[in-house]
Amino acid sequence: MTNLLKIALRNLLRYRRRTLLTASLITLGVVFVLVFVAVTGSFKAMMIAQNTDAMLGHLQIHRKGYVAAIDNLPLNLNLKAGAIDRLDKILAEQPEIAAWSPRIKFGAMFSNFVETTNIRLNGVEPERELATVPLLAERVLEGSKTLARGELWLPELLAKGMKVKVGDPVVVVATNQDGSVNGKQLLVGGILESATGPGGRDGYLHLEDAAEILRLQGQEVSEVAIRLHDFRRLAAVSETLAGRLAKELNQQEKPLFELHTWEKLSPFFNIARMIDVMTFFIKLMLIAIVLVSIMNVMIMAVYERIREIGTMAAIGTLPGKILALFMIEGFSLGVLGAAAGGILGVLLIGGLNLAEISYDFGRQRFILEAAIDFRELAVISVIVIIGAVVASLQPAFKAARLDPIKALRHV
Amino acid sequence: MALVEARQLVKTYRTEEVEVTAIRNVSFTIEAKSFVSFVGPSGSGKSTLLNMIGCLDPPTSGSLLVAGRDIQGLDRRGAARFRGETIGFIFQDFNLLPVLTVYENIEYPLLMVRETPAGERRQRVLALIEAVGMNEQRDKYPDQLSGGQKQRVAVARALVANPKLVLADEPTANLDHQTAFRVIELMKKMRDEFATTFIFSTHDPKVVGEAEIVHTLEDGRLKNSAPHTPGGPRHD
Repeated sequence: MTNLLKIALRNLLRYRRRTLLTASLITLGVVFVLVFVAVTGSFKAMMIAQNTDAMLGHLQIHRKGYVAAIDNLPLNLNLKAGAIDRLDKILAEQPEIAAWSPRIKFGAMFSNFVETTNIRLNGVEPERELATVPLLAERVLEGSKTLARGELWLPELLAKGMKVKVGDPVVVVATNQDGSVNGKQLLVGGILESATGPGGRDGYLHLEDAAEILRLQGQEVSEVAIRLHDFRRLAAVSETLAGRLAKELNQQEKPLFELHTWEKLSPFFNIARMIDVMTFFIKLMLIAIVLVSIMNVMIMAVYERIREIGTMAAIGTLPGKILALFMIEGFSLGVLGAAAGGILGVLLIGGLNLAEISYDFGRQRFILEAAIDFRELAVISVIVIIGAVVASLQPAFKAARLDPIKALRHV
Repeated sequence: MALVEARQLVKTYRTEEVEVTAIRNVSFTIEAKSFVSFVGPSGSGKSTLLNMIGCLDPPTSGSLLVAGRDIQGLDRRGAARFRGETIGFIFQDFNLLPVLTVYENIEYPLLMVRETPAGERRQRVLALIEAVGMNEQRDKYPDQLSGGQKQRVAVARALVANPKLVLADEPTANLDHQTAFRVIELMKKMRDEFATTFIFSTHDPKVVGEAEIVHTLEDGRLKNSAPHTPGGPRHD
């Protein structure tokens, strides 16, 4: 094998310009794919993080039927004290869950004593909420990053529109599920950066303040947001938890809870999937580049060396060795292109990060943090190398099957 | 037992429109350690006959035994293996592998065909390099050699695996007279030194004089087979 490799490499060096051109083409393809994967991956990771770590959590549990009516924020589909206790017990048993946060979601009127407007509010237990969606605190542009009782975090646009600042008194008025209206004066405790995604323009107040405004008689929550220790285990944990929750039935012997991953709750999951599809097609393009360029160069190599192949066959070289020789040439070209592309790609990604390129996501501005993990690099390299070997197959078979007599006569 | 034994050999090539008979009912025997030449004008069937003896081209009919083996029963892989074990080749255009040095070209059959152990391989290659007088050029590539030097390397390559038979198709056609005779001398010397049978084809009457047995071919027929006194018609 070492000898075949030596001959293969010397043959590649023999046609230096052609080898360089082909390897450069593969290198460019690899660099393009790596940068694309790193940049879109960075965008996707940021988008998912903004959705899961600043608003939704990784998973959410509601009373069965709530999500179908989620736009109305129905108070009559809240989980009651008994169900909440059962749920707390189940979640506490799950070792992969890092934190969970109960929320009351409701629609309200918000007044600065001069003007009134609509607002969607989340009643939360601040410490549990920040443990479940840690990026929420980073969205506080002004004011305190801890939410005290009697305080309200207002979305930036609403605060600007209503001309209220941190420390200003405001009134929140809401209708409870019996139809009676109640209000409460609160202080603006913080201004929240508006985020793109579901709940990105909601206000936050303490769970107990929410219960007081809605005149709740006992403990009630609209949803429970969950954070996992390892986001990559989302599908597995979701499956286990869904199975466990399915055993919990209401008085009518029907499922009491419904579980949704962030993917089912956010339209951005489709964008994330679109990025994956685009990445897949970009990889397909890379495969096409590798196949066409390597096959072209190997066909040329066989054609130009027909007499040599004839000589090798005549003096007793077995067809398998001739096949292996050309396969190794293609393989070496693939390795060369993948290695050069990998190195250049990683350098370029590093350069992009040094340039601190910023981009907007909705009203938020982010710095591009392109990154490529070793697994992705390995997958792309393996794709290139396998592509190179596959592309060499036909020319290599042709070489191995050449009739020595015809090959020796070839001019 | 004869090294090569041909009986009623026929070789016919078929194209879409015509059928050409290149060899017609040729019979001959070649003894081991002999220095034999097939002569005749271009198109007389010399190369075809050598290709058949070299298991590169099967006969259409007749029987051909090489080193006691009926070569018609060999498949493609078996023929390649048989060639590697039994036959050495010298080509008109030298056919050295351009990416290998002199040393590596000579080593090639031991390395890629026979898979001889390294120590034995080195000993054998160095002995052959010495024997063909290419010691100073051992690290040169074929494009750095003259025609005569290339053919010396080709002779060494043909002999390195210690074959029973060396086939040389027009080995001197691309060489000037002086060099051609030196190559033929070298082949004879190698025959004496390594007890190998040499069969070569030529249409050059001056080179024919060096053969011990001359088979004359004309239009695919063996016209004459005769012992020959080497050193006959030589023109320096």
